Amino acid sequence: MMEALIKDIGFIIGTTLMYSTPLIFTSLGGVITERSGVVNIGLEGMMCFGAFAGAAGAYFSQDPWIGFACAAIAGGLLALLHAIACVSFAAEQIVSGIAINFMGTGAALFISRMLFDGATQTLTIPNKMPLPLNFLFGEGKMFASSGFMDLVFNRFATVYIAFLMVFLIWFILYKTKIGMRVRAVGENPEAANTLGISVVKIRYGAVIMSGVFAGLGGAAMSIAVVSRFSNTLISGHGFIALAAMIFGKWKPQGALVACLLFGGAKGVEIFLGAKGVPVPGDILAILPYVLTIVVLVGVVGKTTPPGAIGKIFDKGESA
Amino acid sequence: MKKDARLKKRFNIRGIKDFLLSGSLGVTLISVFLGFMVGAIVLLIAGFNPVEGYFAILKGIFSKPKYMSYVVIYSTPLIITGLSVAFAMRTGLFNIGAEGQYIVGAMVAAMAGYYFHLPMVLHIIVCIFLAALAAAAWGGLAGFIKAKFGVHEVISTIMLNWTALYLSNWAVTLKSFGKQGTGKSFAIQETARIDLFGQWKITEAGIDFIRSHKVLGDILKSPVNLGILAAFLLAFLMWYTLNKTTLGYQLRAVGYNPNAAEYGGINVNRSIVTSMCIAGGLAGTAGALQIMGVSHRIAKLATMEGYGFDGIAVSLIGNNTGIGSVLAGFLFGSLKYGGSKIQDAIDAPTEVINIMVGTIILFVAMPKLIKLIFSFKKGK
Repeated sequence: MMEALIKDIGFIIGTTLMYSTPLIFTSLGGVITERSGVVNIGLEGMMCFGAFAGAAGAYFSQDPWIGFACAAIAGGLLALLHAIACVSFAAEQIVSGIAINFMGTGAALFISRMLFDGATQTLTIPNKMPLPLNFLFGEGKMFASSGFMDLVFNRFATVYIAFLMVFLIWFILYKTKIGMRVRAVGENPEAANTLGISVVKIRYGAVIMSGVFAGLGGAAMSIAVVSRFSNTLISGHGFIALAAMIFGKWKPQGALVACLLFGGAKGVEIFLGAKGVPVPGDILAILPYVLTIVVLVGVVGKTTPPGAIGKIFDKGESA
Repeated sequence: MKKDARLKKRFNIRGIKDFLLSGSLGVTLISVFLGFMVGAIVLLIAGFNPVEGYFAILKGIFSKPKYMSYVVIYSTPLIITGLSVAFAMRTGLFNIGAEGQYIVGAMVAAMAGYYFHLPMVLHIIVCIFLAALAAAAWGGLAGFIKAKFGVHEVISTIMLNWTALYLSNWAVTLKSFGKQGTGKSFAIQETARIDLFGQWKITEAGIDFIRSHKVLGDILKSPVNLGILAAFLLAFLMWYTLNKTTLGYQLRAVGYNPNAAEYGGINVNRSIVTSMCIAGGLAGTAGALQIMGVSHRIAKLATMEGYGFDGIAVSLIGNNTGIGSVLAGFLFGSLKYGGSKIQDAIDAPTEVINIMVGTIILFVAMPKLIKLIFSFKKGK
């Protein structure tokens, strides 16, 4: 009885970790760009494009890591468009983000149809992301198969990378010069500019990185959680990641907590589904969204978005 | 006051306003042109002949009366969701929630259409009224949260979109409403439908007519319905409300400058809620009309159908006006329907349309770039 319960808990935690990972990558991307003062609601499109590029790359190269890299490049390229529009040509950032969403999903399906015989999904990739514990110690060597520890810790490499990235981004944002500059540009670009920081360069870098991370998030879905891209795979995860970023108050560690919470809702949903408990999955699926609204309503007074968020910075005008 | 400052801080309302003011027909037309160019380049890179591609699209739109009829049917919901986004935009709000409001409207119309047994015209009115009311509440909720708690409508409506989607999916699983195992709801009653000649079409006389009349018969092969008339009416009503009534003046004043409007004695918070209610009602009507005229039922959705997101595109391309939304809605509807033909004709992916639309929006968002291109030309 007790043993089964512990195993169930392990299952839920493990599933939560798996489903949180794509969100963690993508919402980290959101944190980076918004901290530099550029809103990016195009995360969904970038994630979708990255998910496709990841699966396609992994399929043709038979190597998930090459797929992972393809996803980063694909997301970054799409983000470059957003950066050009928002940073160089003073585009309304939300509108540009909407355009990116059209383009990202459009491009993913377009290329998919070209490469995969008219299908809006890729073929199954031959090799998924490895499980590092199995890789290092051999299957079932580190922890007993399907035991609590195995369920929790024997996860795809992407899961470990995501947690590492949270720490890394936190460190860069708060402990390094470049991070301080990103935050300065997001809070007060005019002042940063006066101090000789290139607002344009920082924002380009931040927006492109957000695309890279969103792309990785997409790939974490298409080459780890499942093993192919399909047209409904991403449907909304980019928006959940965006919510997680806001939920987490524009902080990497906050976003992590929010993503785990949202992933947890999915974990519970899957667990109950597997147990045959008659809880409507659709109602559980609503939870993250409603929770976000409730939290925003409750704590918005305490959340502080970056000072210059969404503001167009024009060097000519301020100089 | 403090709240306004915070709102501005979050999403830069002034930026949206400047964007609206600078949006002119010239920029739009050039953007559309550039969108087509990019679409052609994409086709070219993918190894297709863009001239053939565009010809296939044009043929898919104009070569048969039935096709043109389909274009009108495709355009109808896009025009109305476009109006929803445009109305909010004109009053300083960004209604990304049209998608969810559309879903709520469709769901409520499908329920009212199936559960109620009412006489012909009354049933239609009740369905539209209830759908619009529910969707207005859905949109109004985002307005209320913004007015009361300062949560930006872009964020809250994104959340409400997905809430609506899963709510609708859940409704389909209900035993009394959804056909078990099919993922679809039961069809609405005949009395709630707005199809033209829907019943008559399947009688012997109707079948004879369709066979013997080349043009009219062909048109009748598509699910012709009264929706487009409603779209025109709503476009006119939106123009009238915004430009000819006190309410419209107040709402626009709040959109233009909330502080000045408040100083002038306008209740800003109430205006925000009102505006979102109207925008929601419009999007909900689009959903209702689609159910009552075309699909007659709702189905479980794996992902968003995109009527609301397409409405954002329509509104932006249409410069956030009533007539603009009608024209942009037809453009988008044509591309969507005609674009689906490109697949059969030259085997090119129909998603090139999405890339084109995205490009058009991106250029519409960058009047600065367009002006740069202009001045470059002049300089030459």
